[in-house]
Amino acid sequence: MRKSLKRLIMGLPTLATAVPTWASDTVAAVTPSIAKIKDPAVGWDHLWHEVIVDIWIIGIAFALVTAYFVWAYRRRPGNEVGASPKLSPASAVGWVVLPVFIFLSIDLYTAANGWVLWNTYRDVPANRLEVKLESGMYSWDYTYPNGVRTQNELIVPAGTPVMLRMTSRDTLHSHYIPDFRVKEDSMPGRVTYLWFNPTKPGEHIVTCAEYCGVMHGYMAGRVIVKAPEEYAAWMKQEETLLAAASAPEAPVVSAAKPAKTTVKSKKS
Amino acid sequence: MNLKEWIFTTDHKRVGVLYLIGSIAAFAVAGIMALLMRAELSTIGPTITSNPTNYNVWLYTHGAVMILGFQIPALTGFFANYCIPLMIGAKDVAFPRVNALSVWLFYVGVILALMTFFIPDPPDVMWTGYPPYSTITTGNTAMYSFTVLILGFASIIGGVNFLTTVAYMRAPGVTLSKLNIFVWCTLGAFVLQLIFVPVLGTAVTLISMDKYLGTNFFDPTRGGDVLTYQNLFWFYSHPAVYVIFLPFIGVVFEVIAAHAKNMVFNYKMIIYGGVGGIVLLSGEVWVHHLYVSGMADWLRIGQMVTTLMISIPVGLMMIGLIGTLYKSSISFTTPMMYALGVVFLFLIGGLTGIPLALPSLTIGVSDTYYVVGHFHYVMAVAGTFAIFAGVYHWFPKVTGKMYNEFWGKLGFWITFVGSNIVFWTMMDIGVKGMPRRYYDYAHFPQFEHAHQVMTVGALILAVGFTIAILNWIIGAIKGPAAGDNPWGSPSLEWSTVSPPPHGNWPTPPSVSAEWHPYGFLK
Repeated sequence: MRKSLKRLIMGLPTLATAVPTWASDTVAAVTPSIAKIKDPAVGWDHLWHEVIVDIWIIGIAFALVTAYFVWAYRRRPGNEVGASPKLSPASAVGWVVLPVFIFLSIDLYTAANGWVLWNTYRDVPANRLEVKLESGMYSWDYTYPNGVRTQNELIVPAGTPVMLRMTSRDTLHSHYIPDFRVKEDSMPGRVTYLWFNPTKPGEHIVTCAEYCGVMHGYMAGRVIVKAPEEYAAWMKQEETLLAAASAPEAPVVSAAKPAKTTVKSKKS
Repeated sequence: MNLKEWIFTTDHKRVGVLYLIGSIAAFAVAGIMALLMRAELSTIGPTITSNPTNYNVWLYTHGAVMILGFQIPALTGFFANYCIPLMIGAKDVAFPRVNALSVWLFYVGVILALMTFFIPDPPDVMWTGYPPYSTITTGNTAMYSFTVLILGFASIIGGVNFLTTVAYMRAPGVTLSKLNIFVWCTLGAFVLQLIFVPVLGTAVTLISMDKYLGTNFFDPTRGGDVLTYQNLFWFYSHPAVYVIFLPFIGVVFEVIAAHAKNMVFNYKMIIYGGVGGIVLLSGEVWVHHLYVSGMADWLRIGQMVTTLMISIPVGLMMIGLIGTLYKSSISFTTPMMYALGVVFLFLIGGLTGIPLALPSLTIGVSDTYYVVGHFHYVMAVAGTFAIFAGVYHWFPKVTGKMYNEFWGKLGFWITFVGSNIVFWTMMDIGVKGMPRRYYDYAHFPQFEHAHQVMTVGALILAVGFTIAILNWIIGAIKGPAAGDNPWGSPSLEWSTVSPPPHGNWPTPPSVSAEWHPYGFLK
């Protein structure tokens, strides 16, 4: 009871601060303890743990009371018929008002925390790397701002937030990176987004989380986080390749000899 | 036993029994689908089929048939048909012929759903049928649409029938404040069906029009919108969860009150707070199925709050159930074991839903096995246990005979252990990242052991359910005579002979001023 009172008292200001936060679309004005959480994945682990602890406490309390009643009021000689006392109107109302108060306070407290974390998920830091994603049966096709393209491998530098602007060329897909606790559906006709915060080099699986067709279970890729220098080197290499590929091919095509040999070889 | 008499019956009890037989058959088929899936998932890579489409069809059939062919018809078909007229002291329902039509439609729907196995390109669109896949697949989406439409129509005419029956056909003295909780719960469920089924009908009709008639409701390249379908679908399908929840919790109230021989705790709290609260809130929470779908942010936040508020009516119902045990006299019969099992399973299922009310936490676990485990606890297993509790509870009334207590309790314990093995493991690997609807989990090799544990759990579950169903069949054929009121319940259905004749009471029931369905005599 005291705990829930405390929760309501704690929850209301959080909620009150969250409203303008959400309205003004910034995350700065939130209570200090939550403002520290910049990384949605860290925030997710923190809030998940807290909610799981809460539901264990509620669950055990309910289960213990039930188990005690089941044991204490089993049918035996002298207890053939139930004899629950008749509730007075006041206590009948009390049994509604009190639980509603407790449940509502837990709800509002949870909602406020969930809301703050939601803002973290939706407010993308300004110093981000923006990559376009087109999903299709059954691959993830990434396009970097400079036009470099990769398939099923999203290569990103450690320490830079990465934002994906997603769409789909056929059915629904959902770009799910379990290690970064993030997913969002992609679909034709709308652009959705997600962001995550890769901190250290490593590889993380990307998998499809929305039923997209026969081979849904095989639609997987990787997020490869490289050290910033390695990423820069890789990107430079890709840019060179891209430049070579998109360089005017006119000299090659207009060169008469190779063209003729091609024709000849086809004929022979 | 004249088959023609049964097919053309207008007796609500026979209609109810026909619903029960059809829904148990559907349960068996959908259960076999679950076993096939579990067998397939017992190893990485192809196990019993090398064609992912087979797996997807099993998954579609399991989901669609369990919900539309088993749970909703068993609860709003069998229990509502059999119990409501008896509980209110009526001779039959208001429109007996409409009632017969609804059970025929139900059988047509179930046969259509089972034809899945005999047509060349069976539907593989999951029970949700999301476009664009459902409009471009080679699978037969029309089959899905028509199954939903027919079962939905059967349910709507059933709803009209029962609302009228309860409004006009109560015996003198059965006032609204003396209705069984099951009756209130089922009325709530039928109100939801009447409001929301037409929306589902619209959604699946538009899908088939898009696929076969060239319309573009959900095709963004021609002015449609993909998300509209998901909104329409869940606008019905979340309330559908309460269409299952309300009657099953009503059954659990009846069973617990009768076998604990106690007045239910705070009747008006359960009716106004529980049933009323759920009916009011159920239409405002569907967006929690769309938290990662690309829905507008403001709508996700708004429905986070309404979704969390569902804990209030549901919590009041739990308090009502547990409060009914206070100073009671609990007899551990088979139906009571199943009902107490529901309290436990529903507690786990309900609480594990709290993280899923938050869009931010859902971003991590949406479309994983965590969600699958959660809804199996809260709806699938808890609902099925409640149906089994109810069938055992009213078995002596329906057949006039008694089932076997030993096999009943053995079946309960096996099922209880099996379901916890399967669905607890499921939630555990879901949090660790196992996505749902995977024919193969080649890139999650770390979960192979857990999948094998679940396969064993599913087999245990199958053994438990088989024992229970055999117990009913054997009990119905050669069980000992049960007597008219084996549980000593004052509820009206027990005041007539077992099984009740056509017209229910040899002489119309008279209800005294002191009578109450839960007023157990000292």
